[in-house]
Amino acid sequence: MSIIIDEKKSVIVQGITGREGRARTKLMKEFGTNVVAGCTPGKGGDSVLDLPVYDTVLEACNYAESYMGETVDVSVIFVPAALVKTAAIEAIEAGVKMLLLVPDRVPVWDAMEIYAAASSNGARFVGPNTLGVLSPGRAVIGMIGGRAQSAREWFKVGHVGIISRSGGMTSSCGYYLGRAGVGLSTLVHVGGDSVLGLRIPEVALMFESDPETRAIVVFGEIGGSQEEQLAELIATKKVTKPVIAYIGGVAAREGTRFSHAGAIIEGGKGTHAGKVKALREAGAAVVSAFGDLPEATVEILNRHSIPLQRSGS
Amino acid sequence: MARLHEYQGKALLAQAGLNVPRGSVAASPDEAHRVAADLACPVVIKIQAWTTGRKAMGGVAFASTPGEAGEAAQRLLAMKVGAFPVEQVIVEEQLPIEHEVFVSMSIDDAARRPVLLLAVTGGSGIEDRVADVNRIAVGVDGSIERAGVAAMLAASRIGAKVQPAVVDAIARIAALARKIEARSLEVNPLVTTRDGRVVAADCRMTIDDYAVFRHAELGIDIARELDHPPTRLERIAYAIEQDDHRGTFYFAQLPPDPGKPLIGFHGAGGGGSMMSMDAITTAGFSIANFTDTSGNPSVAKVYRAARIILAQSGLVGYFGSGSGVASQEQFHSAYGLAKAFVEMNLAIPAVIRLGGNSEDRAVEILEDACRDLPAPVRGFKKDDTPAKCAEEFSQLVRQCGCKPAAMTRCVPGFVGSARARSFPISGGRVWIDVDNCDDAVTETAVRHSAGLFKNELGKPALAVAEEEVATKDSELIACEIECRRAGYPVVFVDLPVPGLDDT
Repeated sequence: MSIIIDEKKSVIVQGITGREGRARTKLMKEFGTNVVAGCTPGKGGDSVLDLPVYDTVLEACNYAESYMGETVDVSVIFVPAALVKTAAIEAIEAGVKMLLLVPDRVPVWDAMEIYAAASSNGARFVGPNTLGVLSPGRAVIGMIGGRAQSAREWFKVGHVGIISRSGGMTSSCGYYLGRAGVGLSTLVHVGGDSVLGLRIPEVALMFESDPETRAIVVFGEIGGSQEEQLAELIATKKVTKPVIAYIGGVAAREGTRFSHAGAIIEGGKGTHAGKVKALREAGAAVVSAFGDLPEATVEILNRHSIPLQRSGS
Repeated sequence: MARLHEYQGKALLAQAGLNVPRGSVAASPDEAHRVAADLACPVVIKIQAWTTGRKAMGGVAFASTPGEAGEAAQRLLAMKVGAFPVEQVIVEEQLPIEHEVFVSMSIDDAARRPVLLLAVTGGSGIEDRVADVNRIAVGVDGSIERAGVAAMLAASRIGAKVQPAVVDAIARIAALARKIEARSLEVNPLVTTRDGRVVAADCRMTIDDYAVFRHAELGIDIARELDHPPTRLERIAYAIEQDDHRGTFYFAQLPPDPGKPLIGFHGAGGGGSMMSMDAITTAGFSIANFTDTSGNPSVAKVYRAARIILAQSGLVGYFGSGSGVASQEQFHSAYGLAKAFVEMNLAIPAVIRLGGNSEDRAVEILEDACRDLPAPVRGFKKDDTPAKCAEEFSQLVRQCGCKPAAMTRCVPGFVGSARARSFPISGGRVWIDVDNCDDAVTETAVRHSAGLFKNELGKPALAVAEEEVATKDSELIACEIECRRAGYPVVFVDLPVPGLDDT
């Protein structure tokens, strides 16, 4: 098993006719994702990479159901930031239960509105400002890996789940772990913003219930409360699988945003020291240099007799 | 700026129907004197600066007469907050305060909804009075549950008569936060006065950077969350980001760490940049700036980012590193950096970690294009850790004497010449030195032009319409660098950085 995505889930792409939408749909298909259709308002009737394009999400869902006998599981959204709210709420209202909001610069009040709409419809989402989710050997949504061939070379199949607040570092963690012989169940980039659909603690809980995942690697950052909440889950034994973490931003100053909208220390909260302390006290392993992450992970896997990679299947 | 000054915030509060103290902003002692004279009552004078604890640093003064107000303003306007001089003060009526209420709207990242913190006992020392702070849920439409707030006030010492007006003020604050898409909006304190008014005595507001585009009415010129007013280079960088939406370019200057060698920092990707910043500061350097170009930026954007980084004085080196395993094709960055380094005839060492897709090609482009520069330029790949790159960088900086170097932009002689072939592109102009193009040179240029040039009677000429080439800066810069690598520097893409290159 994996979390959020696998090769069987049906995926649609909103904004499939745009530059990014088209390029990333190609990557997803080549990697093995079951992309069934796309939509772009006003472009209904077109086709992209042999996929039918519809004007609305509802039409795309109807097509998937009547012609392919599939319910759309995931919608991946590649539309300009200002239009993300409309696109996401359209998908939620059409009954899609998992969304991936790729664009950067989505206004925070829009993200809160999307969350409210998702909550009242039983839907969830990853992002905004996410590179996506990838399960090695199965499927990818979003753009992790850039090219299908790179993604196959970089990420091995195994038992470690990755959760990261940085897109580039999601790939980076996966690659360096792979080089150290460590395979992965799923890589999740929760997004760089402050208001997110799925946050580190929730993804950790998903990994906790995923039988294939046996350890969790976290790339955290200054700002916000995600790492502190994860520490709380570990301390209260809601997350029992070993957690190995690195927290970026030891050199960051309060009051200045470091790229990610969520990476800002405000009012003395969300500091590097506070996060490291909370995680360590809860029992997580926190490395000080990013380069030490693979070795620390291997050591912990060995200590728990967890095989580095998963063979067969 | 996404942070508003007190006087700007108060204007918004007044528009939203709240009472604010009578008064005005002043930029000189004379102005302050005039404002105080108009008010004809005892006044308070406060510096307008993005900082808390203004009172403790001596940034707040009281005056009974216009003369005193002028003197106080003179003293306050001579202050500095950090490196930034105080440019304005606010001069306001002193309020006959009866009770103070702490009102603070912020975004609860865990709940993914706005939250209003309320303390009916006022805001001073609020950090240590957790028990006094009540959390009021705010809807994503900016609405609050009035009954809950009313119940809280009913249990307070605030007079019953004025309570409804306090509830109303709090509801208006929450609605204003929604309207202007604030990330935080604090009114501390909201006061009741002995004459029965409810007044917003002070405020702090931060607008969501990503929503600034739909709030022209706020007059925010730089939507960037910084702890200081934007510097000249930050303004130049921000303008570039506004003119070119391909990828992201983030640039913030940081106060130097005295005694440590100062370097330019160029990251790629938020997390990777932060991790690399940590690695290079751990190696003992002070970074002059935090920069991130990511999200598949155009080559022009990477080039301009490098130019702005190099415009900082006192740098002894240039360190670039991102996540190290980038999904985006790394040769684009290599072309942009190579162009900036060549143009500036780079005289300080540079180490760039170009790990990710097409890294072999990227490192080869960068190192080869920069092979004749005064200072060494080294590229690294994904298997090189940031700590290792930082170590290599330290050695290069030491070998080069760890000293700053003056650099000026060098533009080839054929630029502007009537004999050169030239055409405009978005944000600049391309020049081709046709006099120095024989068949072999022309063929080289055509081969590296991604189909934009053709061989016309032995000289490179546009193969497509001028409109079509206007946005092809990435391909054209690649062509310029490839011709240079081949030993034929006959193509030059002139992309002046507004504010840096115009005199």
